[in-house]
Amino acid sequence: MRYLPLTPADRATMLARIGVDNIDALFSDVPADALQAGPIAGLPAHASEMAVERHMGRLAGENLSAGAAPFFLGAGAYKHHIPASVDHLIQRGEFLTAYTPYQPEIAQGTLQVLFEFQTQVARLLGTDIANASLYDGSTACWEAIAMAHRVTKRKKSILTGGLHPHYVATAQTMARFTDDVLVAQAPVLSGDAEDAAIIAAIDGETSAVVVQYPDILGRIPDLAAIAAAAQAHGALLIAVVTEPVALGLLEAPGALGADIVVGEGQSLGVGLQFGGPYLGLFGCREKFLRQIPGRLCGETVDAEGRRSFVLTLSTREQHIRREKATSNICTNSGLCALAFSIHMSLLGGAGLERLARINHGKAQALAQALMQVPGISVLNDAYFNEFTVILPKDAREVVDALAAKGVLGGVPLGRLYTNQPALANGLLLTATECTSDEDIAALVAALKEVL
Amino acid sequence: MNAPNASGWRPEMGEAGAILPATVSGDHGLNLEEKLIFELAAPGTYGVDFDDADVAPAPALGKFLRKAAPALPGLTEPEVVRHYTRLSRQNYAIDLGPFPLGSCTMKHNPRLNEKVARMAGFADVHPLQPTQTVQGALKVITQLADWLMALTGMPAVAMTPKAGAHGELCGLLCIRAALTARGEERPVVLVPESAHGTNPATAAFAGFRVENIPATEDGRVDVAALTARLGPDIAGVMITNPNTCGLFERDLKVISDAVHGVGGYVYCDGANFNAIVGKVRPGDLGIDAMHINLHKTFSTPHGGGGPGSGPVVLSEALAPFAPLPFATLDADGVAHLVEEGDAHDHGHPNSFGRMTAFHGQMGMFTRALTYILSHGADGLRQVSEDAVLNANYILRELEDVLDAPFAAYGPCMHEALFSDNGMAEGFSTLDLAKGLIDEGFHPMTVYFPLVVHGAMLVEPTETESKAGTDRLIASMRSLAERGRAGDVTLKSAPHYTPRRRVDETLAARKPKLVWKD
Repeated sequence: MRYLPLTPADRATMLARIGVDNIDALFSDVPADALQAGPIAGLPAHASEMAVERHMGRLAGENLSAGAAPFFLGAGAYKHHIPASVDHLIQRGEFLTAYTPYQPEIAQGTLQVLFEFQTQVARLLGTDIANASLYDGSTACWEAIAMAHRVTKRKKSILTGGLHPHYVATAQTMARFTDDVLVAQAPVLSGDAEDAAIIAAIDGETSAVVVQYPDILGRIPDLAAIAAAAQAHGALLIAVVTEPVALGLLEAPGALGADIVVGEGQSLGVGLQFGGPYLGLFGCREKFLRQIPGRLCGETVDAEGRRSFVLTLSTREQHIRREKATSNICTNSGLCALAFSIHMSLLGGAGLERLARINHGKAQALAQALMQVPGISVLNDAYFNEFTVILPKDAREVVDALAAKGVLGGVPLGRLYTNQPALANGLLLTATECTSDEDIAALVAALKEVL
Repeated sequence: MNAPNASGWRPEMGEAGAILPATVSGDHGLNLEEKLIFELAAPGTYGVDFDDADVAPAPALGKFLRKAAPALPGLTEPEVVRHYTRLSRQNYAIDLGPFPLGSCTMKHNPRLNEKVARMAGFADVHPLQPTQTVQGALKVITQLADWLMALTGMPAVAMTPKAGAHGELCGLLCIRAALTARGEERPVVLVPESAHGTNPATAAFAGFRVENIPATEDGRVDVAALTARLGPDIAGVMITNPNTCGLFERDLKVISDAVHGVGGYVYCDGANFNAIVGKVRPGDLGIDAMHINLHKTFSTPHGGGGPGSGPVVLSEALAPFAPLPFATLDADGVAHLVEEGDAHDHGHPNSFGRMTAFHGQMGMFTRALTYILSHGADGLRQVSEDAVLNANYILRELEDVLDAPFAAYGPCMHEALFSDNGMAEGFSTLDLAKGLIDEGFHPMTVYFPLVVHGAMLVEPTETESKAGTDRLIASMRSLAERGRAGDVTLKSAPHYTPRRRVDETLAARKPKLVWKD
């Protein structure tokens, strides 16, 4: 077996040293009727590297990958080009096969990366500070709500209509079992973001208002106005960014007054991977420091006075505080944070802006092209790289028909909102730097055939 | 004047050979210092080439357009590759040597896993593609699910939890939902005092009150104390098996029956599943839920702190409440993704809901399935046997120089537990751990579990050769002897690392979490 270095002779020597006759003597604490012996029914035996690669390759071959088709999906997961050096560097064994940096003397590499990552994220989101990452955007969103409730000592948050429905569902799952109250606003198919309805809903009981930016339909809410309204009621604004590339062109939420900014960092450095692992971004005001969930890396010095980095403020965390911790989280998304940080280092602010302009330009070209298709109307007044169109029939049928023609034609709103017929004809479309003119032409041609 | 000359030599350094010369660069041969990216580059530059024809001529963003680009430095590819490669050399890693962190299962990460995870059909598919275009990805989930159910003897598995603690949460939410469905409010979850910190934190996060159960002298859950506490207010217990002392909980079936007898549920923390894969099916011991850390038992890389993956196997009693979405195969071999819209039609109307946006850690599923198929059922059993053999070998080789509090009660499982009893006055576990760093090893888990004074939990895993384990043992013997003798050089260890002991108090007292100009 290629991953097991012990030889039969080693095993015999070691058993003799231990002083037992056979391996099952070491399992003597297992009740005899629970100890498995003989072949395990239904499970195959070991296989060669070549055989396993062939099996997995066949399964991979049953999927239509984003790079192999005209592709227009987004809704919280985005297809971007990842520079080759990103994947090369994250596969260095010193990063890939290291543990959480609890021994700082031999983990300065990971720790410095996390410190750089936290700085990059804080600057990107426009917040004072950021943590070392969470599981993904949806769980980061719930952690932000829970933190807002600790900070404000209020129990009610407003989940606005433009928030990704999976993020809404994730938060609702958690709130079902706590005394937190979540008021979920229904999405409305309007060209403008729902700023007025959001502002009207904030009251003196509100702990936080959760606003996605750009929102699930691609619209851009007026965060500054919402932040002012929240502040007037002593509530916090939680901004949610599912497409961080947008912040190359859009003002940073923190600069617009958001108190907590969370996001899905997958767009930078992390592939689509059918939904995970992704990267939860979490930034906030410095005054909330001791209420932050998750790992934090801080600067310090070593015994010789040299700048060093270390995981810090762990008294918030479960391994110290146990049932009184700020969260039960025991990990970050380390390797994804590394990939994000490398990609961000290649782009810098100037490169990110350029990338964002290209994304926006591709989306404009896509919208222009779709407006020429009879029966299609573009919903949004403003958008970044993602927008909603209204079709003359259920978008799920249309997307299935497009898939049959080899076109991955966006996310039908009916997939995201299963019980809202009023949204069923809505189709969410995304263009990125990966979208070519030929892709757009293929979508337009296919749409003309299936509509 | 002490200005360095061209060679870096300064007068106070004295004669070459007596004191090592300082260097102008701050580097010392292959011991490289590396600045922060913010000190290496300024905003305005970048290392990605774009096609200018693609840039939007006029952003249609009105008042939302930002006034200036984010203040982030950019570097070219050669600079980036060098920065991160230099940083990587300041890390210890499994690829460099043994990583005997108890309860963390730092085993070799096979490179076939990485190759497979990067196949375009897995790495480059969107979670919301029409299911007819992702049949292979869904089958990866169902095939891995089948293995996890078979290896644990459990009838169902929830695949979406993103890490071990997220899996714990999934299990406890299932318990909450099951109790709610029965119309019962049970406020208390019992947790042994030796449990991982995530257990009580998760129980509290899920809205339960936590009560501790004591351990017996031989390192197991005190069954008498536990059963005495059982009653109608008990929602369930959380038990780690093998436990955090590295011991098998012999009486788990008795505990399960007693807990079920009062209407409670048994959550098993599966962090230590690597000791018993292919040897014991936890389902045979009566548990209701157990998370499986794919990043431990099934070799997906730890990545310097995640991402993990924590599927949860479930009993018949809890399965109806499992989260959405999930993948399933129909009789014709067609894979479906069951989401909110069709959960009812697939006979799953009582799910407690969604725990995360998409379908779980797919990138970890491909790696774990690749690992499982590589080993097969026979290889996985050998994995456990070798892991347990290596740990018992270490226990036997070191018990004369390190106090092994439970060694007299029988063999350990996949990790050997020692205490710092017998060290010289003022010497403790931390000193041995830092000394082990100087020896070129990552330390064992220290000061955990809390039930043993100065605990040292050593988990070699099955991927260490006998020669590698013997080297680790030789170093640990030497350190134990130096600790007993009170060798003061241990107090200042590590000496040979890129950084000496760091000031954690300063970091916490004056938190500096971001770089500032």
